[in-house]
Amino acid sequence: MELLIRNGFVYDPINSINGEKMDIAIRDGKFVQKVNEFSARKIDASGMIVMPGGVDIHCHIAGSEVNTGRLLRPEDHFKDFERKTLKTRSGVGRSIPSTFTTGYRYARMGYTTIMNPSMAPLEAKHTHEELNDTPMVDKATYPLLGDWWFVLEYLKDGAIEECARYVAWMMTTTKGYAIKIVNPGGLEAWGSGRNVSCIDDQVPYFGITPREILRGLCKVNKLLNLPHTIHVHTNNLGKPGNYLTALDTMKCVEDLSSEGKPAIHITHCQFCAFKGSNWRSLTSGAEEIAKYVNNHSHVTLDMGQVIFTDTTTMTADGPFQYTLYELTGNKWVNHDVETETSSGIVPFRYRRKSYVNAIQWSIGLELALLIEDPWKIFMTTDHPNGGPFVYYPKIIAWLMSRKAREATVQKINQRARSRSLLPSIDRELSFYEIAIMTRAGQAKALGLVNKGHLSVGADADVAIYNINPETTDPSTKYRTIRKTFRNAAYTIKNGKIAAKNGEILEHVKGATMWLDVQVSDPIKVTEGMKRRFREYWTVEYENYPVTENYLEISHPIAVKADV
Amino acid sequence: MISLHPQKEFVFPIIAEGINPDVFQDKNRGEIEELEIWEGNKQKKLGELFKVKETGTEPQQEDIAIVIYGDLSRVRRIGAWMKGGEITINGNVGMHLGEEMEGGKITVHGSVGGWAGSMMKGGIIEIHGNASHYLGAAYRGSSQGMNGGRIIVHGNVGYEAGAYMRKGLMKIYGSVGQFAGFRMHNGTIYIQKDCEGRVGACMKNGKIVVAGFLESVLPTFTIESIRKKVKIGEDDVAEGPFYRFLGDLTENGNGKLYVLKEENPHLSTYERLL
Repeated sequence: MELLIRNGFVYDPINSINGEKMDIAIRDGKFVQKVNEFSARKIDASGMIVMPGGVDIHCHIAGSEVNTGRLLRPEDHFKDFERKTLKTRSGVGRSIPSTFTTGYRYARMGYTTIMNPSMAPLEAKHTHEELNDTPMVDKATYPLLGDWWFVLEYLKDGAIEECARYVAWMMTTTKGYAIKIVNPGGLEAWGSGRNVSCIDDQVPYFGITPREILRGLCKVNKLLNLPHTIHVHTNNLGKPGNYLTALDTMKCVEDLSSEGKPAIHITHCQFCAFKGSNWRSLTSGAEEIAKYVNNHSHVTLDMGQVIFTDTTTMTADGPFQYTLYELTGNKWVNHDVETETSSGIVPFRYRRKSYVNAIQWSIGLELALLIEDPWKIFMTTDHPNGGPFVYYPKIIAWLMSRKAREATVQKINQRARSRSLLPSIDRELSFYEIAIMTRAGQAKALGLVNKGHLSVGADADVAIYNINPETTDPSTKYRTIRKTFRNAAYTIKNGKIAAKNGEILEHVKGATMWLDVQVSDPIKVTEGMKRRFREYWTVEYENYPVTENYLEISHPIAVKADV
Repeated sequence: MISLHPQKEFVFPIIAEGINPDVFQDKNRGEIEELEIWEGNKQKKLGELFKVKETGTEPQQEDIAIVIYGDLSRVRRIGAWMKGGEITINGNVGMHLGEEMEGGKITVHGSVGGWAGSMMKGGIIEIHGNASHYLGAAYRGSSQGMNGGRIIVHGNVGYEAGAYMRKGLMKIYGSVGQFAGFRMHNGTIYIQKDCEGRVGACMKNGKIVVAGFLESVLPTFTIESIRKKVKIGEDDVAEGPFYRFLGDLTENGNGKLYVLKEENPHLSTYERLL
């Protein structure tokens, strides 16, 4: 099928195209130089913005913790449901929508690639089953490896290459995409009811430090030539004064970056940019973090913006969720995933009038605005931890309009208002910068070769928004921005028109991307390893790997490793 | 006044959010008959299931009164989210009556199903028969229960009446099942007859008055004093003497549980702790 998008204002930051009027041609799911003008289906995008399909680097949309969250919160589904139509399936959910609804809602906003950031390897099958059922988007998932016993043991012995071979095995076995590290060492400590307090604290029994885990896995990442960097949720997340831990985490891998390439991705950075010694004296550490990131090229971040609404927090960071449970007294799920990780879920409401929540809201935006290079910071809400992803248009409006920020600042807690840096920041992002923060930058950081740009040969994922950049001034018309980005005029997935003005036209299935890491000497699954499974896991080794036929549409990405 | 009469005996559940004075406002008979209503998995017109009659004054009056006759025990969500007006039901009615209502009045001359007045914010529900479980409770999983208004039941009530209640008054002239006032945050529940037990479990605050027999008080409540009378709502007083318990201590709660001394001689052992 051929498709021709005509006369749109094209924003394609990877190819440095900034709002030029041009035509985009698509054939058989790929961008091409040109198509037959007479026979191709034409979309008139005059007066509209054409961008590559959105990419979300971090959103919890599938897996055991998401599903447990769904079970925990019937009241979350009660008020928000979608009836089935001839094209779509029914679904429920506000902060944790069911899988199909997740796909449809992302497609309506013009997103076409999303990354599920935390998969306990033991729950890989469950995660992939849910990803199979998430339509409209291409997706991938990151296995949690920071507290896996194998990793801890080899790093303890300093056997980086051996560790790398095991990580490669795990990546292929669980069909993962990147190394996710959550509260390194802390989750293992949580198994015995403890936590680590800084990156040089010792992990019980293993006797190594979070610093060694971070550096070790960063080296492993480099040895394996993985497309993304290590994806890190820092220690001490959600504790006042933790911006120092975040800075330490970034600094500890400073020397491991080569050729100015990023070596570490600090995710939902808002939650680890708290300054102050307690909740009362909490202020923003965004300035310090932004200063560091502006002067270094080895870090990328995502925002983890807070939205004032009712949501469900879920992370693999068991000790942090316990703290949150103690703060709120709300219902709580706690889980220790055997030898791999932990997990926790607590429903939470971010309130405008709460000092802490208002400061958190401010920190997210401060980070995005104070970090000068949009290729280093990406827009996320850490869905659903900071708020459901359907609020992205609201964040875009805040980023593009000082007036929109001021309107919200007027409504937040008074003490937080007087301490917030936001009123002093004049920066307003352009459509070009928004395109970087929401698609191009994320695709580049993820190492997705065929996503996030409109070059010939790339996957034909396009989002068209009905707004004219020549006649609309985003800084004053922030409500229009919000409305426009809520429902893309057209979302094109694999060359098919998937959604139009908020209506799903076609139920397109997305592929699951995973890394086929090729090492020269792959590990052999020995009897000894199987015995360990029998001793330490609740599943036998034979039931553990996710085979390729488990994935509905499998898209392996071959990676040649240096070991 | 608008009256509704079922056209047949209902077999499938009817979801009737449309039967609501706010919806009927400014509509004539024809328009009301065209309102959408679900019968099982089929969408129907209100006129297909109910015979609509207009009686009395013109339909443009300030507060619309709706009167329904017949057995509605399969009809759910009548008066949900209503803000004003009046509904009178002569017969039994199904689940979710007056859910999240904010104002107005619902009177039932019959019994009601579960979740009546759940999460209501204002208005009055008066039930002359029995009410089933979860009267004025929060939706499953939610911690936002009844948040205002009044519920008066002249018959008996099932389990978990007033669960997660935050505000308002519940007066029950019959008996109640277990877990009345479960996880209550505030508000008042008055029970004139017997109470099956576990009353006030996990309550944080608020007031529960039991004027009938209560077999045992949860061990996580402590006796505080004996009171001659208790104020119920703004203008009512229950004559005692009552044992006053505080709890639920497992939740660091400060809820007040009053139990009538006269009906509960077996609780006199608590007196030595005073």
